[in-house]
Amino acid sequence: MSRVAPGEKTLILKKLVIYALAVIVSSWILVPLALIFISAFAVPEEYYDLNRIIPTSFTLENVNALLFVLKEWKATLNSIIVALLTIAISFALGLPAGYALARYIFPGKDMFKLLIISLRMFPLMIMAIPLTILYLNLGLSDTLLGVAIAHTSLALPFVVLITSSIFVSVPVEYEEAGMIFGLTRFETFFRITLPLILPGLAAAAIFTFVMSWNEVFVASVLTLVNRTLPADILVSVLAAPDPYKFAAGFIMVLPAMIFVFIARKYLVAMWGITLR
Amino acid sequence: MGYNLKVKFMVEVKLVDLTKRFGKVVAVDHINLTIHDGEFLVFLGPSGCGKTTTLRCIAGLEIPEEGHVYFGEEDVTFLPPRERNISMVFQSYAVWPHMTVFDNIAFPLKIKKYPEKDIKKRVEWAANLLRISELLDRYPHQLSGGQRQRVAVARAIVVEPRVLLMDEPLSNLDALLRVLMRSELKKLQKRIKVTTIYVTHDQVEAMTMADRVAVMNEGRLMQVGTPEEIYNKPGILFVAGFIGSPRMNFFEATFTGEALDAGDFKVNILHEYRAMLEKYEGKTLTVGIRPEHVYIPERSPTGVPQQELEGVVDFVEPLGSDTIIHVKIGNKLLLAKIPGTVKVDYGSRIKILVDLTHLHVFEKETTKAIF
Repeated sequence: MSRVAPGEKTLILKKLVIYALAVIVSSWILVPLALIFISAFAVPEEYYDLNRIIPTSFTLENVNALLFVLKEWKATLNSIIVALLTIAISFALGLPAGYALARYIFPGKDMFKLLIISLRMFPLMIMAIPLTILYLNLGLSDTLLGVAIAHTSLALPFVVLITSSIFVSVPVEYEEAGMIFGLTRFETFFRITLPLILPGLAAAAIFTFVMSWNEVFVASVLTLVNRTLPADILVSVLAAPDPYKFAAGFIMVLPAMIFVFIARKYLVAMWGITLR
Repeated sequence: MGYNLKVKFMVEVKLVDLTKRFGKVVAVDHINLTIHDGEFLVFLGPSGCGKTTTLRCIAGLEIPEEGHVYFGEEDVTFLPPRERNISMVFQSYAVWPHMTVFDNIAFPLKIKKYPEKDIKKRVEWAANLLRISELLDRYPHQLSGGQRQRVAVARAIVVEPRVLLMDEPLSNLDALLRVLMRSELKKLQKRIKVTTIYVTHDQVEAMTMADRVAVMNEGRLMQVGTPEEIYNKPGILFVAGFIGSPRMNFFEATFTGEALDAGDFKVNILHEYRAMLEKYEGKTLTVGIRPEHVYIPERSPTGVPQQELEGVVDFVEPLGSDTIIHVKIGNKLLLAKIPGTVKVDYGSRIKILVDLTHLHVFEKETTKAIF
């Protein structure tokens, strides 16, 4: 009889618990995804067949109809443009602010930090009407730039806070060495600091992209014709059959997944150093 | 390597009334100092004494509130670092992690738009000098601390700087490597003859490497001199106490006209020194004597006037080659450094001899040295 040492027993138990938790967490994410993917390509007859749980014949018809008959490809493009614009604007504004918070001591610094966060205290519903009027006056209504600017206001606080904590993790000496060896402050930022914080920027970019990609309310209020994907889908698929809804879910999920997949490789340690 | 570095920009660095404040704290307090062409000057002092801030003012990383920094005739006080044509080795090395060793060393040359062929030649020259030639295509995270330090030095010398600045470059290395790099840096500096300003809190580093040492405390320059001068003729109490290990013995004594009376014992003053003390008769002075100038009778040098004192051995610290004994005379404690071969017992009565030619006497109020 082989005996199991008591220590070994708890070790096995511990492993079991960890694996069980891992399975639960992954199913929590993967099962809905699988459901969406399967149903999006299901033949409607099979989908509605009460005797089947999982459809076995698949078709591109649902996605095809949604993308090209209902012209959702345009909304998808709009969403991508808005998300990228949002990243561009919020980085252009957020990086300098994050840098200043990380590197300098100035009067009102803590107050400034608090103000940044308090921006998120106002529910969008309250601001929707004034924002629409403002946009109409500025000629930004129903433009992608307008939506991007509104999304920037949502993403900016996080971009500032995330990037400032990344900048803190870059030793000042790297920048000082840059300036000693012939760079201006500006060049130092672009040639020394920026390459070092790429992983952190990737994280901030993912966050901003996903936020903009998922945002429905502002996009619905501010646009009519040039709608982003979620806002457009909301209207066009509301009364459509279920497979269409799943197809819509599929085209919502896919680009975001691709983007995260690409940005992900910058998240892990680069240059052998791990920056937060 | 046949490549020969021509040093075009040797330069004298002059600090005039240099003052830097951080809020209410005066980090650097009216420093006046000239660092000669090709000299190896070490700023030495305890942490927070302003030595690094002084260096950063010379580098242009800090702008002083008052005073000026001159390189030769040129006032560089307000010049940004990149226009000063200097190099710096940082305490943390600051070797950029996203560049290979080659790119790190080549970086200053690329910025200054050297031709590609020249860059390669120079990087190879510097890498060869610091024996890191085989590491050129590695990334910094693949290097040890000592190797990274060499990369930082190579990057600093590759550009022919007017002035080479070093901010505690050896303090992150282990003890053995530090001793090795100490002599290597010194040799390197003598070879390329660049004006070098080096900051450290380690007196051994300062003594072994410097042409001249500038001792700083609380933002002020205490004394500037060769290591020998700093050690043998400290101009002020702080320097006497800061340089030397174990620390110099200090006691307060009153000058009686012939001797210094410390209460528990008296120390005679040699005739040639009495004249200097004349005006202090009856006053309290601070007297210093280094432990290495306190002998025991069987190992005392001959022909040197000495004062015999008697006390009790309070503590013994064997260091191998030497032994430090703590001798209590009344309420006073005198340390003596004696050869490690001599056996001394705790609590035993012992005779010690104070070398009268190596006494240091300081004014009590100003702490300035009388001799």
